[in-house]
Amino acid sequence: MATPSLPIASRLAANAARLPSDRLRPLEVAFWLAWVAAFFLFPSYRLLGSQILITGLFAVSLDLILGYAGIVSLGHAAFFGVGAYTAGLLAVHGWHEPISGLFAAAIVAAIVGYLVSFLVVRGGDLTRLMVTLGIGLMLWEAANKAAFITGGVDGLSGVTIAPIFGLWTFDLAGRTAFVYALVVVFVVFMVMRRLVHSPFGLSLRGIQQGGRRMPAIGAPVARRLRAIFTVAAAVAGTAGALLAQTTQFVGIDSLGFQRSADLLIMLVLGGTGRLYGGLVGAIVFMLAQDYLSGIDPVYWQFWIGFLLVVVVLFAHGGILGGLQALRTRFLRR
Amino acid sequence: MIANVIGVLFDGVAYGSLLFIIAVGLAVTLGLMNFVNLAHGVFAMVGGYVCVVLMTRAGVPFLATLPVAFVAAAIVGLVLERTLYQHLYRASPLDQVLFTIGVVYMSIAGATYVFGSSQQPVFLPSYLRGQVHVLGVDLGVYRLFLVAVVALLTYALHLLLERTRFGSQVRASVDNPVAAAGLGINVNRVFALTFALGSGLAGLGGGLGIDVLGLDPTFPLKYMVYFLLVVAVGGSGTIKGPLVAAVILGVFDVSGKYFVPQIGGFVIYALMVLLLIVFPAGLYGRRT
Repeated sequence: MATPSLPIASRLAANAARLPSDRLRPLEVAFWLAWVAAFFLFPSYRLLGSQILITGLFAVSLDLILGYAGIVSLGHAAFFGVGAYTAGLLAVHGWHEPISGLFAAAIVAAIVGYLVSFLVVRGGDLTRLMVTLGIGLMLWEAANKAAFITGGVDGLSGVTIAPIFGLWTFDLAGRTAFVYALVVVFVVFMVMRRLVHSPFGLSLRGIQQGGRRMPAIGAPVARRLRAIFTVAAAVAGTAGALLAQTTQFVGIDSLGFQRSADLLIMLVLGGTGRLYGGLVGAIVFMLAQDYLSGIDPVYWQFWIGFLLVVVVLFAHGGILGGLQALRTRFLRR
Repeated sequence: MIANVIGVLFDGVAYGSLLFIIAVGLAVTLGLMNFVNLAHGVFAMVGGYVCVVLMTRAGVPFLATLPVAFVAAAIVGLVLERTLYQHLYRASPLDQVLFTIGVVYMSIAGATYVFGSSQQPVFLPSYLRGQVHVLGVDLGVYRLFLVAVVALLTYALHLLLERTRFGSQVRASVDNPVAAAGLGINVNRVFALTFALGSGLAGLGGGLGIDVLGLDPTFPLKYMVYFLLVVAVGGSGTIKGPLVAAVILGVFDVSGKYFVPQIGGFVIYALMVLLLIVFPAGLYGRRT
């Protein structure tokens, strides 16, 4: 392969054939260690911390379909809500074990996601927007009207979760919740990270960049998109179940349009197509929300709208994209 | 029973025609210019608040506030189009979605700040209130008025698009902006004027609709789906598609909420998903 007469071409070929390295970089290790440090340093923020982790996981699941496969969804909260209600209902009706509850929620959300994916894959961008929006609203309305099962607008209360492995009970200060959320989010994140660095993940990027050409190199576009949509739904369902278990409550807003929209905002704020963007976006968004909406909720909504407009007009790539641009500029100098 | 059904059908038609007049501008921006504008309801809200403020603070009669609502919303639309929207015509749908969600959030916060979060009252003149008895059916006078106004507007719009020089410029610019510009049509100006016209009609619809749709700061978000639906289901290219879609949606929504209140709003979303599956390009699909 490496003929001496064509050194550049062969080097290019060798590069092209190699998969992206998926070894953990130092910055990533530091990121996860920072969470461990946060547990000890800010004990009064553990509840907020676990919420941020869960929302971050949810945002990363949207990144799988938006950042990698290029599907714009306005109804991703549907799967989050399905997961949350699955875990919540299991616990209310006598199945208190948390980890099996997580798996059940992921499976149910994956099934719903798989069914929805058939509708999503066939349309253009506008149809996708409308279908995801419609499914989200439909599920909200269903949960609202089926109040005898879901508790309707009052939410599902009476969710009791047994101690994890029979050892750690969920306490009010959020100790167990934080550790539980951190471990689950870390494990699921690493699986997703492996997934997007695999040939499968690369084929998704190919589809995003040129969906018409992918069939020519033998990639089954519709099947790939359905697969990633199903995975994303399962992860979103896991995040929903985590929220239900750690807060021991499921509100109907877990299915709402506002949640889908806020999720998009977080992801774009953090940066799409880089997995960590979802986590960083969730941290920034939720800390800002915690601080600003404490002052005045209306005030908060105005500034988040303003921020969105500014990000779209001037700051493509979000926070991580901006940092990367700074870094390349700095290194070049 | 029959009278009841006819009454509900009629309410549905009135509701649908209101949806049509608000959404017809969106049919142009979304359907023809491919701009995903989730903030279209903002223009309707502007019109609604203009009507309310003129009526309650300045004592202007209801009918006289409607033209002002049209003009105010058209100006807001024109300014937004010239300053912000025109930069996004070629942006990705994701950017357009995010940008317009941002506009919706800001307008909700702004309206709450200025007018408070409560529902706004509307004072209809006495000759528009009450019921008339037609062939054994009680029909709301205001609903009749709505249908008549929308029918007139639709006819005027049809004439404007099909019979005037401006109309043919719009159709040419939409079909092929490059060729139209080559023929000496100022495409940017045509788009801006079209956008302003659509926003103005939305404002007019917002004013007309206070009595039917209500008016509070969450208006743009609450009815966003309906407006999008009219366009997505109706397809674009003619004004007939959105009109038919709006009336179908109106009738189904009103009769769904009236006859099967247990599932209420579910009907409309199920119908939407069904229609999008059967007609991916809308009822009167436009060639792509």
